[in-house]
Amino acid sequence: MKMIDTSGMSCPQPVLATKKAMEENPDGVSVMVDNTTARENVQRFMVKNGYQVTVEKVDEAFVLVAKK
Amino acid sequence: MKGSVVKNKIAIIVAGSVVGIFSVLLVFFGNPANMGFCIACFIRDIAGGMGLHRAEVVQYVRPEVLGLVLGSFILASKNKEFLSRGGSSPFTRLILSIIVMIGALVFLGCPLRMVLRIAGGDLNAVVGLVGFLSGIYVGILFLNKGFNLKRSYTLTHMEGYLFPFVNLVLLVILLAIPSILFFSESGPGASKAPIWISLMAGLIVGGLAQKSRLCTVGGARDTILFRDSHLLLGLAMILVFSFLGNLAFGNFNLGFEGQPIAHTDGLWNFLGMSLVGWGSVLLGGCPMRQLILSGEGNTDSVISVIGLFIGAAIAHNFGLASSAAGATLPGQIAVILSIVILLIISWGNSEFLRKSKS
Repeated sequence: MKMIDTSGMSCPQPVLATKKAMEENPDGVSVMVDNTTARENVQRFMVKNGYQVTVEKVDEAFVLVAKK
Repeated sequence: MKGSVVKNKIAIIVAGSVVGIFSVLLVFFGNPANMGFCIACFIRDIAGGMGLHRAEVVQYVRPEVLGLVLGSFILASKNKEFLSRGGSSPFTRLILSIIVMIGALVFLGCPLRMVLRIAGGDLNAVVGLVGFLSGIYVGILFLNKGFNLKRSYTLTHMEGYLFPFVNLVLLVILLAIPSILFFSESGPGASKAPIWISLMAGLIVGGLAQKSRLCTVGGARDTILFRDSHLLLGLAMILVFSFLGNLAFGNFNLGFEGQPIAHTDGLWNFLGMSLVGWGSVLLGGCPMRQLILSGEGNTDSVISVIGLFIGAAIAHNFGLASSAAGATLPGQIAVILSIVILLIISWGNSEFLRKSKS
């Protein structure tokens, strides 16, 4: 599965990067975010586009896995 | 998981509603008309209160702004969301926010006040809104061409604590030794709600805005970019509740002429707010959001807030800011130059444009 890292990116870059990755890999992607605002935004975008989302906390960051 | 989405929705609705209601109440308690909250105007007033410009009618260290920063800091710390970070093209952000402030002072208000002006029946602000949306649209064109200011980095806690601390110091000075500050004796700077009311309103809204991520630019941006109207809902709530409040207090006057602290120069209302929309999209958030992020430890946003201060000082020291009579010639020249600078910054930081060139 395609994994992207959005650490350090500010709004709306994490969602833009997620959107691009999902267009290239419609089956699913995993996205690392390093703040709760980005986590909420990316999660909302994934859910809106019909994906099942699981969130895992890794150290100070979160990994969101989106599957169809 | 669905639950958190619903919770976030409630947070944004509550935040928008409270901002709308407080804005009307702050005017009732003494703030200038249609200016319960205005981040651009209030930062301009604080710049004046500290003597960075000498426009005597707009000098007052507004407790609302100090409250917004401290409220955000307190809630972010409590919820373990305080993150000290920065280093994402600081000087570019400084220039962008100077331009945002110049645009706001040519229009006479930040996006928040634009909404409050519309809610008060000021149709000039509708012209501003069209400009604002146009500016956001141009910014999005560049976002889609890969515009970004590169990543930020985690910094020491101390770096993030400094800005909230500075706000606390300014608050102590305002309360304990106000004689070293400048205070307007007439004009908008002399219209003010009692300090404690202003401060409480700022603290509460700061906390709610931190929790909900309320942003006036993000609403339109996300709707156009991702068909996501989450943040727009907050803006809609501000509009609805301040409109209802204005009706209740008899402060609703529909029209273009004779609106409080506003001018009828359509072209410059449009272009001024275009600068604000475009610049704010590049910065990643509106002036209010920059204040809130400053309280959360984001020093890129602190740099943006400093840019707003410098922009305010420039705007008043060089006669760029509009008055009720309309936009000034220096102001008009500054707007045109700012458009050119925004084009250069937008192009120069858009990765895909640069790649296709080389």
